[in-house]
Amino acid sequence: MGYLEGFAVTFNKLFEERVTGEYKAKGEGEKRDKPERFHGRHVLNRYEDGMEKCIGCELCAGVCPARCIYVRGADNPPDNPVSPGERFGWIYEINYLRCIHCDLCVEACPTQAITESKLFEFSFTNRDDAIYTKDELVVGDDGMPQKLPWEDWRPGDDEHTSGWMRATSPGGSVAYQNTVSWSGELGYGVRSPEMGQHAPESEPVAAGGHEDHDDHADHGGH
Amino acid sequence: MIAQQAYLDDFDWTSWDPVFLAVKVVLVFTVLLVSVMFMVWFERKVVSDMQNRIGPNVAGPWGMLQTLADGIKLFFKEDLTPAGADRFVFKLAPYLSLIPAFLMFSIVPIAGDFSDGNDGSVELFGQTFVWQLVDPPMGILLFLAMSGLGIYGVMLAGWSSGSKYPLLGSVRASAQMVSYEAALGLSLAAVFLSSGSLSPNEIVRAQADGPFGIGGWNVFGLGFVPFVIFLIASTAELNRPPFDLVEAEQELVGGFHTEYSSLRFSLFFLAEFMNVVTMSAIMVTLFFGGPHGPVFTETLGWAWGLLWFVLKVLVFLFTFVWFRATLPRLRYDQLMDLGWKLLIPLALGWFLMLGALRVGQNEGWNPFAVIAIGLVVIAAGGALLAGAIRNARVGRTESDVLEYG
Repeated sequence: MGYLEGFAVTFNKLFEERVTGEYKAKGEGEKRDKPERFHGRHVLNRYEDGMEKCIGCELCAGVCPARCIYVRGADNPPDNPVSPGERFGWIYEINYLRCIHCDLCVEACPTQAITESKLFEFSFTNRDDAIYTKDELVVGDDGMPQKLPWEDWRPGDDEHTSGWMRATSPGGSVAYQNTVSWSGELGYGVRSPEMGQHAPESEPVAAGGHEDHDDHADHGGH
Repeated sequence: MIAQQAYLDDFDWTSWDPVFLAVKVVLVFTVLLVSVMFMVWFERKVVSDMQNRIGPNVAGPWGMLQTLADGIKLFFKEDLTPAGADRFVFKLAPYLSLIPAFLMFSIVPIAGDFSDGNDGSVELFGQTFVWQLVDPPMGILLFLAMSGLGIYGVMLAGWSSGSKYPLLGSVRASAQMVSYEAALGLSLAAVFLSSGSLSPNEIVRAQADGPFGIGGWNVFGLGFVPFVIFLIASTAELNRPPFDLVEAEQELVGGFHTEYSSLRFSLFFLAEFMNVVTMSAIMVTLFFGGPHGPVFTETLGWAWGLLWFVLKVLVFLFTFVWFRATLPRLRYDQLMDLGWKLLIPLALGWFLMLGALRVGQNEGWNPFAVIAIGLVVIAAGGALLAGAIRNARVGRTESDVLEYG
């Protein structure tokens, strides 16, 4: 009776050990550590000297499958530039009611400006609050994501925000796979290579980045 | 109409106490709501157990108050009406599916003493009454009518949403529920045949006397087949897995209630789970002797009935959850095949055989011979049907070849 075997399978499962864990471990009040490359709320990174990495190229908005990113670029004011180079992200908005945290924006970004933290516990009481603007997304002066009052940050959520980006070849070029070719970040400097990656022996032409910022304007647009 | 008049003439108006009736209505209402709350929790817990998960465990002991928390949450959600919706029907539909769900339960006897030919009446608080809200002589027809009406809620909800997926869901719903209603009714007819009545109280009473205390139950007396057909057809009627094509999440988003939110959505949810409880209770009433069961000590008195009833309903609630955890969803054509080509012919054949047995009792035929002949006739009919289906399929393929080369 092949039809009834399935019923025995499900019935026996009743007495088996559970394979899932608690969302919040009982008694401890702490949540489990998240994986290093967890996709959470975005941050907009800055260079070590405090300049914003975003150049307003709108590649993230173009690649976004959920159409949740809105970017407008503008020319840098010559006397007080926001980012190194010609342009900067003037408006940057992410609608978290639509974002699916696929990280395609992170992969598309030519300057590694947008990366994701591990924060996923945040809620809103109206739709306007769900649209994060640049004020909320840009990292603070210590290089850490801003911790907004309605967000539930846990220790470790704000570290390794560029984990996923570092796992792939930032330029998208196979030649640079497993090669350290990411730019320095405010508060962190140049992140060290991960397992299986190595620092470049000679400086790659198009993927350098931890020297002067004048250089970034050159490879930012390639 | 004449039967109705006779019923009204026979009705003992001196015993009719509106206050007492109101108390019973409120009681049934509350019991039903609480049981739905319990059922949702039970389903989530058992399904998660069967999938090696933990399930709800935060709200209340073992997460029992999870449904309450969800209900309160739904109250505070934004209530949306799509722009393309037919506003009146859109708002009417949830009530069309909820009210029949409530009314259906009113005819179910949930306790009472049916042993030794008693009529299930209980003396309590100076009142003599039966443990059921009403006992209309056409009770089971009321059940059929209400379950038929419930389809309108689903159908109109999908149609009035002004959106394609709900419409697809409701088209499926109407086709599915109408076709399984036929099998449901035919398997019910077998019950009427054995009990000779449409009144739930009398159906229970007819099952009360039999060997071993439970031998009179219709599930044995009718030879299992009507019960199995009823169980399958009622699963389809309830739109529960494996027959939940109406709300097949992978294809239709949420099915007929895709466009519903907030309280209106919770009304559908309530109606759906209330129907599960009610259908289990109806099944217990029709096939498992309702509140009747072996009495082990006299001290509990009429509470034995309640105990047996709750236990039997629980078994069926578990069965429905078990179905859901075990069986994959049927394809639409498989669903229609099962309903039209297997359940309805089988229910009809079995009903005819039971009828022949009944006639044979009066005429003094050998019952074993009747059963043997009946089974042969059913088998022959089934073979003819299968042959006809195969023949039609061959013809169809040939004409396809001729037409499309």
